[in-house]
Amino acid sequence: MKKRKNIDFVSKCVEKMAPSGIRAFFDLVLGMKDVISLGVGEPDFVTPWNIRETAIFSLEQGYTSYTSNKGLYKLRLYLERFLKERFELVYCPENEILITVGVSEALDLAVRAIVNPGEEIIVPQPSYVSYGPIVELAQGKPISLPTTEKENFKINPEKLAKLCSAKTKGIILNYPSNPTGISYTRKELEAINKVCQRYNLLVITDEVYGELTYEGRHIPFPALAGAKERTIYLNGFSKAYAMTGWRLGYACGPKELIAAMTKIHQYTMLCAPIISQLAACEALQAGRRDVESMRREYKRRRDFMLDGLNALGLACVKPQGAFYLFASIGKFSLNSLEFANRLLKEEKVAVIPGVAFGKGYDKFIRISYASNYMQLKEAIERMGRFCRKLKLS
Amino acid sequence: MDEILEILEKDARITAQEIAKLTKKDVASVKKKIKKFEKEGIILRYKTVINEQLIETQNKKIRALIEVNVLPQKNLGFDYIAERIYKFPEVTSCYLVSGTYDLLIVVEGRDMQTISNFIAEKLSPLEHVRGTVTHFLLKKYKEDNVILKYRDENKRIAISY
Repeated sequence: MKKRKNIDFVSKCVEKMAPSGIRAFFDLVLGMKDVISLGVGEPDFVTPWNIRETAIFSLEQGYTSYTSNKGLYKLRLYLERFLKERFELVYCPENEILITVGVSEALDLAVRAIVNPGEEIIVPQPSYVSYGPIVELAQGKPISLPTTEKENFKINPEKLAKLCSAKTKGIILNYPSNPTGISYTRKELEAINKVCQRYNLLVITDEVYGELTYEGRHIPFPALAGAKERTIYLNGFSKAYAMTGWRLGYACGPKELIAAMTKIHQYTMLCAPIISQLAACEALQAGRRDVESMRREYKRRRDFMLDGLNALGLACVKPQGAFYLFASIGKFSLNSLEFANRLLKEEKVAVIPGVAFGKGYDKFIRISYASNYMQLKEAIERMGRFCRKLKLS
Repeated sequence: MDEILEILEKDARITAQEIAKLTKKDVASVKKKIKKFEKEGIILRYKTVINEQLIETQNKKIRALIEVNVLPQKNLGFDYIAERIYKFPEVTSCYLVSGTYDLLIVVEGRDMQTISNFIAEKLSPLEHVRGTVTHFLLKKYKEDNVILKYRDENKRIAISY
């Protein structure tokens, strides 16, 4: 028998998920000093002190054990109340809410709970980097649904319908979106919902940026008529309460699906960390006043960056939420990785190449405005210098 | 609070042009609004927050918080005696408070001697002052929402999805 090399032990599926040139670019950023980073996917302030203080106190009190697989009952109860008051969404804390380790885990659970080998999940693009790979790891087939700059990066219901077949099991939605910041009005969501119902799709909706909506009201997908019974709603504490490092999210959905997800969760994760769960209780009880002033601050930064980038010829579709702008570099002859590499080396500004979010987006870059105003101002100046140089050469 | 005030409270040096950009208003109307705030006394002045602890100079000032017990005057109340006190240039802040004493004042001086002199010669002899308790300030941790620590290092990783 032929001796296996270490690399031979890696499964085919994982091997195929090769990191692209982007990993090397990330390493370059991390190794460089004095970079203004517009490449950060998390808020630029630390978790509010009352939440941190609760966690410290809970450690002192000796809360260091497992919780039930579903998560602390108290937290599920607070979530029930929060969802009801904020969105008029009604979920039962006993069997329709599951606390997870970040939205990332919740998404993985949802996909694994519903996909049989070879079944298709539609992933609108550009998309957050993990959606495709998570479907592949579950032996499903991610089907790209590209959205274009012309469509304002919004899902076209007709195109969606064309991709649906008997093999299509579901769709992953994400709004406000990472990387585009795009969100939807009720009318637009209803059009998407209609197609989903016609083709019997399960909707997995990642709404972790929901609290950061600047135009109109955020409409959760399960709030649409008839949608709740076929939707797994995902949300978490990372963005709204600046708790990225606490790794805490949750999933809400029909009890059969939550039960299926809980099965996987209990064998793989057991439960989310108790300290994070207790901190999240405090966040829900006390937190909303911080969220509101943060939202206003982000909106101002968005408007500032939008004007600044458009003036440089880096056209952006105006986003309704999150803290990202997906800027077109179509006016320049570089692809997105070259653009990002040169911008980093020549002006020390870090952005994420659009190609990370889908094959067809090599003429875009993702810009995060979760940085203070002074830095954003400096970044725009440096990018201006860079763009003028590119045009001249 | 008005959005312009919210921005100016964090950064007094920001220009009207920049505020206009951030709030999507035109520059003229931002300028007009700021003028109005100034005229109405809503904006009193523009200050710089200095971390004095880092300044190496001979003439550093020291501060004391002084609790002042006063006898309120008929028809004049506390305001009259407060005015007598806060007009001294040594007094940098003056508050009327509830509790076991009446006025809380902040006094600034070159050294302990100067402040003691002020208390002994100016404050205590005032007719309506019944007594004072002085607390010399040893170290400042946080003032007006600003934590007085040099540069909080950035703990975020520079790039993430």
